[in-house]
Amino acid sequence: MSSLTIYRRELSSYFSQPTAYAIIVIFLFLSLGLTFSFGNFMRVGDSSLEWTFFFWQPWVFMLLAPAVGMKLWADEQRTGTIELLGTFPVSTWSAILGKFLAAATVWFVAIALTFPIVITVNYLGDPDNGAILSGYIGAFLVCCTFLAITMLVSACTRDQVVCLIVSVAICVLMVLCGYDDFTRELAKAVSPGFVEGIVSIGVWDHFRSLNRGLFRLQDFIWFGSIITVCLLGTSAILSAKRA
Amino acid sequence: MIEVVKLTKQFGSKLAVDHLSFSVKKGEVLGFLGPNGAGKSTTMRMVTGFIPPTSGDAKVCGISIVDQPNQAKQKIGYLPESAPLYQDMTVIGFLKFCAAIRGLTGSAKNEAVEKAIETCFLQSVARQSIDTLSKGYRHRTCLAQALLHDPEVLILDEPTDGLDPNQKHEVRQLIKRLGETKAILFSTHILEEVEASCSRAVIVDRGRIVADGTPAELIAQSGSGSLTDLFRKVTTRDTEPTAEAAA
Repeated sequence: MSSLTIYRRELSSYFSQPTAYAIIVIFLFLSLGLTFSFGNFMRVGDSSLEWTFFFWQPWVFMLLAPAVGMKLWADEQRTGTIELLGTFPVSTWSAILGKFLAAATVWFVAIALTFPIVITVNYLGDPDNGAILSGYIGAFLVCCTFLAITMLVSACTRDQVVCLIVSVAICVLMVLCGYDDFTRELAKAVSPGFVEGIVSIGVWDHFRSLNRGLFRLQDFIWFGSIITVCLLGTSAILSAKRA
Repeated sequence: MIEVVKLTKQFGSKLAVDHLSFSVKKGEVLGFLGPNGAGKSTTMRMVTGFIPPTSGDAKVCGISIVDQPNQAKQKIGYLPESAPLYQDMTVIGFLKFCAAIRGLTGSAKNEAVEKAIETCFLQSVARQSIDTLSKGYRHRTCLAQALLHDPEVLILDEPTDGLDPNQKHEVRQLIKRLGETKAILFSTHILEEVEASCSRAVIVDRGRIVADGTPAELIAQSGSGSLTDLFRKVTTRDTEPTAEAAA
């Protein structure tokens, strides 16, 4: 109940300010722009969207997802409203959940607004819509993972800029680790076991299988556990900061 | 109504609040005095459940803030020191949010919000965005938030700080009026305020109570008929070398 109240407040705060609109517009320009330029959408003639569209999503998310999440706790701590929230009869956990879901909703809207590309491929070809849906689920999960990381970072600082920079750095690392070109270069320098370790913290392994329409339990567990650990960590940091 | 028992808070090696005990009964307004850094805000933050005490307990209407924080928090209305607000909301939107989070719904919520707006004289700015408000209005908006659920206990951290003389007067009158039916704990630097609206006052210094009594008793205690003299006598000035610094 109180989660829902906080969720509503956060969501209306995103949409009563330019934040959500700016990010959604930039996201749409970037993701569809990349699809048509570097993705060679028109020339490749592939209706699956795997390489032309979904491939670009983590690259865009790693820069933009933290922009949505950075204010979640940093702003509360800077303005002192965390003291209000901490003295309302609500648990920290329900506040965390409400805030996280509000940020995730902004991204859900943003991702859903890329629907014209789905209509386009359906008009031009005969794609596997199941695989496209699974690609969307994958993209949303990557985004939620990045949001959870940003939330954890924002609990540590009252400065939104610091939060943005640190979260983007972590997300960039997660995108680069596991990206083929990067791991190939890395493999020349270090042992295969180390490379495997690096790949395992990257998002590609899990995103790519969803992208192909594969529902593997391990991918959901990977995304789910990172999100859960980050949210639990947020709760721990917030409690520790007050003590 | 408020029962503070040996409340202690330690930040690292610094003892901010040192086995503080006091109580506030219904119908009583307790003024909480002390120099900056004496542990007033820390005590209030512990009583309201924002920070956990290192040891000791505070009971609000018999409910322990340590053991049953959510039940105890429902009984408390709290105005934090800097009167923090969500800048992106309107006054009415903010109050509705606070009422909803306190579990009020439907017409009860709207009535509570309207009553709080009326009590704190916010009618003229109710639909205005909070970031456009002057300091006085912000302060009163945050005070309105504390009154929404008609709490039995009010904890106000420097409720008149930054207000103009008219507003100060209004808030003091409000505190006095509310104090008839509630238990109020409020902190202040302004000693006249104690005489104006408190039924009892304690002076805190370095986390300990150094004087306690009705305003009249405290004035008698001072010997010179001035609260200021007593305040200066019993508290440590930050210009004085402290025992730790000397060692």
